This record gives sequence, structure tokens and C-alpha cells, in this order.
Amino acid sequence: MLKVKNLHASVEGNEILRGIDLEVSAGEVHAIMGPNGSGKSTLAQVLAGRDTYEVTRGEIFLNGKNLLELDPEERAHEGLFLAFQYPVEIPGVTNTYFLKAALNAIRKSRGQDELDAIDFLALVKERMKIVELDQSLLNRPVNEGFSGGEKKRNEIFQMAVLDPMLAVLDETDSGLDIDALRIVADGVNRLRRKDNATIVVTHYQRLLNYIVPDFVHVLVEGRIVKSGGKELALELEEKGYDWIRNGSETTQPAGIG
Amino acid sequence: MSLSHEQTINHYLESYKAFEKSLNGDSSLPIHSLRDEAITRFAEMGFPTKTDEEWRFTNVSEIAAKRFEIPTLGAGFPEREAKTEKFVFEDLKGPRLVFINGIFAKNLSRLTQSGSDVIVKQLSSALSEHPDLVSAHLGRYISSGVNGFAALSLAFMRDGLFLSVPDGVVLEDAIQVLFVSTEAESEIATYPRNLMIVGSNCRVSIVESYVCIADDSYFTNAVTEIVVGENSVVEHDKFQNESVNAFHIAATHIHQAAHSNYVSNSIAVGGRLVRNDITAVLDAERSECTLNGLSVATGNQLIDNHTTIDHAKANCQSHELYKAVLDGNARGVFNGKIFVRKDAQKTDAKQTNQTLLLSDDATIDTKPQLEIFADDVKCTHGATVGQLDSDQLFYLRTRGIPESKARDILTFAFASDVVSRVKLDALRDQLEAFVHAKLDASRRTNGS
Repeated sequence: MLKVKNLHASVEGNEILRGIDLEVSAGEVHAIMGPNGSGKSTLAQVLAGRDTYEVTRGEIFLNGKNLLELDPEERAHEGLFLAFQYPVEIPGVTNTYFLKAALNAIRKSRGQDELDAIDFLALVKERMKIVELDQSLLNRPVNEGFSGGEKKRNEIFQMAVLDPMLAVLDETDSGLDIDALRIVADGVNRLRRKDNATIVVTHYQRLLNYIVPDFVHVLVEGRIVKSGGKELALELEEKGYDWIRNGSETTQPAGIG
Repeated sequence: MSLSHEQTINHYLESYKAFEKSLNGDSSLPIHSLRDEAITRFAEMGFPTKTDEEWRFTNVSEIAAKRFEIPTLGAGFPEREAKTEKFVFEDLKGPRLVFINGIFAKNLSRLTQSGSDVIVKQLSSALSEHPDLVSAHLGRYISSGVNGFAALSLAFMRDGLFLSVPDGVVLEDAIQVLFVSTEAESEIATYPRNLMIVGSNCRVSIVESYVCIADDSYFTNAVTEIVVGENSVVEHDKFQNESVNAFHIAATHIHQAAHSNYVSNSIAVGGRLVRNDITAVLDAERSECTLNGLSVATGNQLIDNHTTIDHAKANCQSHELYKAVLDGNARGVFNGKIFVRKDAQKTDAKQTNQTLLLSDDATIDTKPQLEIFADDVKCTHGATVGQLDSDQLFYLRTRGIPESKARDILTFAFASDVVSRVKLDALRDQLEAFVHAKLDASRRTNGS
């Protein structure tokens, strides 16, 4: 489904991603872990098409489409979804208006009819249950005045409505208490199918207790330095990132720092 | 054919003579002396120039250089009435006065009285029917000595809305006054003049609008005086959608008594050169004033808002939110004065001015001006000027919303922050539609 090859990206001349290779197939959950500043969020943003990052080398293909040639909205039309680490507040635009515009833009791009207000509301009501979102949040401006937990739930709620092929969850666990974490993770699990895939970007292992990954990749200084199964996350939790960092320095002596 | 200073003065003096004749017997009313004094004042002052601090950013020499004529009733008035009908806010069921090129359009107006003692009528009728009431207030709040526009307004004062609400009346329906400009034989000047006297313990809503049928060049010089009595609540919505070739100069003065509450929502989308002066005097304790404004300007439009809130007495509050959306080569001006007099302790005043620039060539001059002479007050002001937020744009786009649509959504959200404050449901929906239409037209012009 997703093929990332030798991806390099910079911001203002500083190279942050230094050759990422990643393949994700349908039905899989991949976790990307790494210390602060390793480039995890940059990778998420570059996948979604943020233009503050310049892709200097490499390729990203989603179901055979070259994402680097597509605008952010076109990537969404192809089935990509990014759950933001810091969901953006949009005063003056209600959650329902925003979601309806989004869903209908995606449907239109696929040649489907736009949903009318009644069908849309029925869909929204059903999907709200997935993350136990409070109904009152629907008619409030997008994320404005939401608590940290409400914002993260709202991201997963949007994911539930837009039904992406590939969801990238950027630090969705940060700022969540244990109950909220369980609800959000449970929501993500309920949305898992054989024909979609999820990338979970996280600093800590605890989210992976609830969203169990098929693969774990460790990102350090802009490169994936180690990949493995779910047990790798536990090993990291136990030994810390220094264990990998030291290891990576022995295998990658040049170009670090 | 632009006029020199002397020619301008002479033009208006001659116009005034013709105007006096057209008044027939009405020029013998005692109130007529106000007009005579005002035209003399104008002859002394002329129009303001850029050396005048109050007009530093808005050059009105184009108005001075043109030979605007007083409109005549002329033929074709019924046809004009027919074309005008669409501008009436039909969902507002209350009394309504419609003027076409400054002339009362009887067939479109509705002067049903909502209470026996409430007076809603043309100012021209009130001048002869309620001379004492009128002369106690007319021209008392906006002196003709302020500037040439105020002087001309009083000199050529003839018609507009006259409203008098006695104590203790709650008007269920909003009162609508609509000024339409259209298809005159020459470039015309109209002088809408409104006087509203609201007693104590009243509740009143007023909708004042200025619209056009074609893109003519003309000059609207409007003055509105509002007196708000004790414990009364007045909501005043103004909608301005003049021709993109028109000049719209307007001054509104509000005089507030104790415990009164006045709210102004001023939405301006039309006009080539627009100046709105709003002055609210909080002249008794515990009065409250809210001034909200939205300008949407494109092409070569200039929209200038000057507001003054005069905290003359203690324990008063004022809230002010002025926003502008500027595209193309449009220019905006915001000047927000807040005076806090020596006696006005415990004043609470807040002013916010926000501008969204949609093009590199659009500009805004914004100037808060706080003059505080009391020591126990709370006054805040803030101005922001910016473009659409790139984080918000990106967020919308990652959800599949195309960039142009995302820009529309964010721009409209910025603007609707003001429009949504209009309390009359029927009016608010229509104003939102007008603002949408204006933003859409702007986007098409700029091809973005």
C-alpha cells in the first residue's frame, strides 16, 4: 500500500529525514518510535504534504500513486489521513460543517454523490460512538476550546467519518490520561480492517499496549535504525533510546550529529 | 472637469439656492435657519483635506472636484420602485421607509404604527408636524462645524427616518430604513438624514441600509443621530452595499443615558470611497455600548471606519470589534478613539481591530487612540493584521478540502464573526449571503 524509498527532507536547509525506507501493506499496523527530535513528526507531516518541508530526495507511493506530485487534499482523496499531534483550532467553522465539506470533497473526488444533511448526520451519529465523542462538540468550532483529550478524540472521530486507507497517527497518545487513551486506542482498533493500514507515531510504548503493532521501527536522527516485531517496543521501553543510539553509531559512524 | 476650491464652494451655494426653491413652503419653517447656518459654515470650511488629522488616510478631493447635483423626482419613478423591491429585507415585518435617490418611495414603504404613541415617519413630515421635538435634537449631536460633510448634511437636510419612541415601549419588530441609489440623469448627491429619539425603558431595533441598482457614480452623505434614554436597549444594524463607483460618507452619533445599552453592527461591502464615523457618548453612569464592524473591500475600494467612544461618566462599559477583509488593491482604515474623562472612573473599555489581507497589494492603516484622564479604569486595545493562517489551511486540506474552498471557509469564518452578532435572524442570514457573494465575486476577479 505505502512505499517510501530513500526519503530525504529538510527545513530551511537542515536535513531532518536522511533516507527513510518503509513499506506498509494492507491490514498492517506499523509503529514508528524514536526519541524527541528524531524526525517522527516530520515524517508524518511530509507524508501529508506539508510544504514547510522540502523533500530533497526519495519517493513516496500510495497504492501506486506518487504522493510527492499531489497536494495535501489530493493525498486525502487517495485515502491518506493524518491525525495531528497538535490539532488546529479553527474559530468560526463548526465541526459538522467542516467534516461535511471534507467528506463531500473526498466523495466528489471519487465520483460519488455528495451526502445530504440527513445521511451525513446519520453517519456522524454512528461514528461518534466509536470514540464516545460528546454530541455538544459537533456544533462547536473545530477544536476551539476543546480539552487536549477532546482534540485527540476529535481526530479519531474525523478518521472514523472519512474512512481512510492509510491513517498516520502522530503522537495521538500525548496528553491523554489512561481512560482517554483506552477510548482512543479502542476506536482505532475498531476501525482496523484487512484493506486499510495504520502508522502509529509515538515516543512511548504505552499506546502500543492498546494498539498492538505488527511492526516496530525505530527512528533516530532521520533514519530507521532498527525494525522488528512488537517485542522491539518493549525492549526499547526497558533499555531506553540510548541503547539504539549507541548501536546506531557503531553501524552508522558517519554523517550523524 | 474637476472643480477648484472656489468653484466647489460656488457649486454648492448654487445648488443650495435651487434646493431651497424645491422646498417650496418648507423653507419658511423655523427649522430652516439650521440649513442657512450650515451652508454658511460649509462655505467657510469646504471639504476636509489630507492635512486635517481626521482625514489623513482618506483623500476626499475627488468628491470636492465633482459637480454632484441634487436629484429630481423625474420621470420613471414607478419603474425604479419596481427595481428596488428586491432590496427590501422582506422578512422584517415591521415599519419600513424606502428612499430612492433620496426621494420617499411610498409604494415600497410601510408606515403602520406599532404603538399609538410611537412615531415612525419621514423626517420631512416630522419637520412640520413635530417641530419642537425635532428641533430639540436635530443637529444637536453632530455639529455642522465638525467638517464640511456635516455642514452639507444639515444644509441639504430634507428626508430620512424620523423615529420617536415614548417611554416604556418595546417594539417587537425592527424598523427598516432603506436608501437606494439608481439611474439618475447626472451624478447626484443625496443627504439621508435620520433622527431617532428613544425614551426610557424601551427596546428598539433599527436596520439602516444603503444599496444600489447599477454601478453609477454618486455621492451619499448620510447623518444619523440617535438618542437612547435611560434603561433602554437599541440594536442598530447598518448594511452598506453602494455602487463600486460611489462615495459614501456617513456619520452616526449616539447619545446614551444611564443604564442604556446600544449595539451597532456595521457591515460595509460596497462603495469606492467609504467613510463611516461613529461616535457614542456614554453620558451617564452604567451605560454600555457595543460597536461591531465588518468591511469587505476589493478592487480599488477604500473603506475607512472612524469610531469614537466617549466615556464621560463613571461605571460604563464599551466593547468594540472591527474587522476588515481586504483583497486586490483595496485599502482599509481603522481609527478607534476611546476617551475616558476625569469623572469616568471604573470605565471598562475593550477595543479589537483585526484585518485579513488576501492580496499583497491590499493595505490597512490602523490606529487605536486612547485618551485616559481617569486613574481607576480598565482599557485594552489590540490590532492584528495578517493573512490566512497556514496551519489552518493545511489542516483543512489534509481532510480533503481543496485549497480554494479552504481559503473560502477560513475567510468567511473570519468575517462571520461580526455578522453572527446581528441578533435579527432573518437579517443575519441575508447579510451572511451578501458577504458570501462579495467574497465569491472577489475570488473570481482575482482568479485564485
